[in-house]
Amino acid sequence: MTAVDNTPVGAGSAGPDRGTSAAAHRAAPSRRRRPPTALLGVAGLAGLLVLVQVLPSTPLVSARYLPPATEILAALVELLGDGAFWSALGDTLTGWAIGLAIAVSAGIALGVLIGSVPALRAVTASTIEFLRPIPSVALIPLAVLLYGTGLESTLLLVVYAAFWQVLVQVLYGVQDVDPVADETARSYGLGRWARIRHVIWPTSLPYVMTGVRLAAAVALVLAITAELVIGAPGLGNRIAVAQTSGAVDLMYALVVVTGLLGVGINLIARAVERRALSWHQSMRGEVIV
Amino acid sequence: MLDVQGLRKVYDGRQRQVEAVRDLTFTIDDGDLVCLVGPSGCGKTTLLKCMAGLLPPTSGEVRLRGKPITGPPPGMAVVFQEYGRSLFPWMSVRDNVELPLRQKRIARGKRRELVDEALAAVGLADTHNAYPWQLSGGMQQRVAIARAVAYQPDVLLMDEPFAAVDAQTRADLEDLIRQLWQRLGVTILFVTHDIDEAVYLGQRVLILSSSPTVVQESLRIDLPDTRDQLHTRAEPRFTQLRGHVYEQIQAAKRGQRPPAQAGRP
Amino acid sequence: MRAAGVLKRAGLVVALPAVLLAVWWFSSAGSTSFYAPPLSKILGTFAETWTVERLRADVLPSLLRLAAGYAVAVLVGVALGVLVGSIRTVRATLEPVLEFFRAIPPPVLVPIIMLFAGIENTMKIVVIAAGCVWPILLNTVEGVRATDEVLSDTARSYGLTGPARLRHLVLPAASPQIAAGMRQALSIGIILMVISEMFAASNGLGFTIVQFQRTFAIPQMWTGILLLGLLGFALSVLFRFVEMRALAWYHGLRQAQRSS
Repeated sequence: MTAVDNTPVGAGSAGPDRGTSAAAHRAAPSRRRRPPTALLGVAGLAGLLVLVQVLPSTPLVSARYLPPATEILAALVELLGDGAFWSALGDTLTGWAIGLAIAVSAGIALGVLIGSVPALRAVTASTIEFLRPIPSVALIPLAVLLYGTGLESTLLLVVYAAFWQVLVQVLYGVQDVDPVADETARSYGLGRWARIRHVIWPTSLPYVMTGVRLAAAVALVLAITAELVIGAPGLGNRIAVAQTSGAVDLMYALVVVTGLLGVGINLIARAVERRALSWHQSMRGEVIV
Repeated sequence: MLDVQGLRKVYDGRQRQVEAVRDLTFTIDDGDLVCLVGPSGCGKTTLLKCMAGLLPPTSGEVRLRGKPITGPPPGMAVVFQEYGRSLFPWMSVRDNVELPLRQKRIARGKRRELVDEALAAVGLADTHNAYPWQLSGGMQQRVAIARAVAYQPDVLLMDEPFAAVDAQTRADLEDLIRQLWQRLGVTILFVTHDIDEAVYLGQRVLILSSSPTVVQESLRIDLPDTRDQLHTRAEPRFTQLRGHVYEQIQAAKRGQRPPAQAGRP
Repeated sequence: MRAAGVLKRAGLVVALPAVLLAVWWFSSAGSTSFYAPPLSKILGTFAETWTVERLRADVLPSLLRLAAGYAVAVLVGVALGVLVGSIRTVRATLEPVLEFFRAIPPPVLVPIIMLFAGIENTMKIVVIAAGCVWPILLNTVEGVRATDEVLSDTARSYGLTGPARLRHLVLPAASPQIAAGMRQALSIGIILMVISEMFAASNGLGFTIVQFQRTFAIPQMWTGILLLGLLGFALSVLFRFVEMRALAWYHGLRQAQRSS
């Protein structure tokens, strides 16, 4: 028994009174009916389709500029049966993949090298800061002159843009290495190469993955750009052709394909990132990209 | 002043419902310093959030000066445990303390006065222009307390405010709270898991049972009004009280509920 | 002592660029290649190509269009982002749609928008805005969504609601994320500025460079490329400068967190 207490805790706190006091008050609304996120997302996409279907028939938008969704989808289906489309898709992906591979290898190699040698980092900092923001589109005229409309034009643009994404992230990663871990490794007699393998590389891996993901997205953008502007073979080129020849629904269908391609690449990149880093999540530094 | 009646909170999870708080009923009078203690996971923070109007209870009612609380009421200030996350990092210390006063539409001159007084009262008279992240943990919590004090609330709710600072800082802050309480006469509800702290600070200690929570016991602390870390904690009465609280909490953890209180006034 | 330190820092900054420039200079000195004229020639042509008049007639319009498109993207992106980010159901509904639009390579927007907006200034501004808005919008949504819960509770308990809450809590809390989006948007904006002019324009930096290329005015073309590079660099420096000032609190906070 609460012998020490001589202050009322409150009348009717327990026992038979509870029923009446509870009934007199409002109950909070149940939150269980909230629709699941995935369903809402699908609803959003469906809404977009409906919008694109309906808008062209209103006076707001002319069907010449925005064909209704059904026509775009029809053109899309037609594309899928068209051999030329698949070869264009292949061209785009080829340019993207080769360019990405070159950029990633060069970016990682140079990034680890520069990042682990403080002297190199200091000397190259200004050059990197200057070259990095140079828009790759500046190279377009050069690419045209040197390589015309060949694959190399695309590669020039893709590699240049994607390389910096990887390099910058790798540099962040190498810098993020815990100095205590590095010192410990050094005190155990691990040479530079061994330290790179066992300390620096694992720490930078999350950053490398981020860099690859960003580079993959940028690489697609530049590949399409090169095809669109220069006329290298690929989806971008077909878009330009569709536009000049007035095949508007075809153009939109191709745009949808590039969008889906971008989404697909992003999803794959994130999946790869998650797999490779499944045991790294806790070590992730916070870099807002 | 603050009246809690039959407070109940049920959380709706995906698979099941969790009754965090079953029935909490107690009253806090004007000018009281009441401490709330209980075993871990007994819903102390849930209770505090319901009382602050941040969380709607499933049933039951909280009244401030007789008016039921349906949302955060003016006249109530909260000090959270995570000081680092409750201060706005993009504002200086002074701006942090001043912000709630601007919301209250207090005139600029009066605001300055209140801010200066509050910061001086917590011992931070010369950190006006610093940013919160430039200060130590204890100092940041003082800023949060100053902000609450400057607001001139009817009731000050504190949710384990000193759990995340080191022991010496905690002792200083505990004394600061008692000082502020005695000087300003503000009503304080102090939630803590630290039994010693609860007995040292409070006029009254409400012991909570384990989840689903009810009030296990309401204990009056009859220690002298002037307390200090060294002597009060060495008094035999202190040891007795804290021993009793400790026993009650152990009983609560074992699942022993308070005996039926039918027939009590 | 300090002079030595400053000299050393300055030396590090110019060392590699100086070496690279020297290598370029000397290796191209005797060049007879049509496409790769000597660096000396390129630099010599720079001043005569980019006179004040030409800068005003070509570079200025480009920059103005970029500024206008970028500004529109920021306003629309932040406004919509706050709206979408604050309401959970809206965000869940729109997120896939927005991610899809973001995934569309921005240059592809040029032929589409050309259909609607013709080939004048409006088209270019709309293109730039349409490309820049996505990273800003999506980053704002993310920033708003991730507002710290304790901070939000604190704000609520002190009666911070409505516009005051937006001004003092939501926007500042999301600002680092928004700034990251704005940085990405800047690169996209520059790309679109150039491309939209390469497609259809009568003035502008991109237009001029393409003209040089088509008329085989090679040294001039190179100067254009250099100028574009300098512009990209200058805008990046400007952005960083403004961001450092506006988000000084954020950088201070992260510094404090890192060292603890």
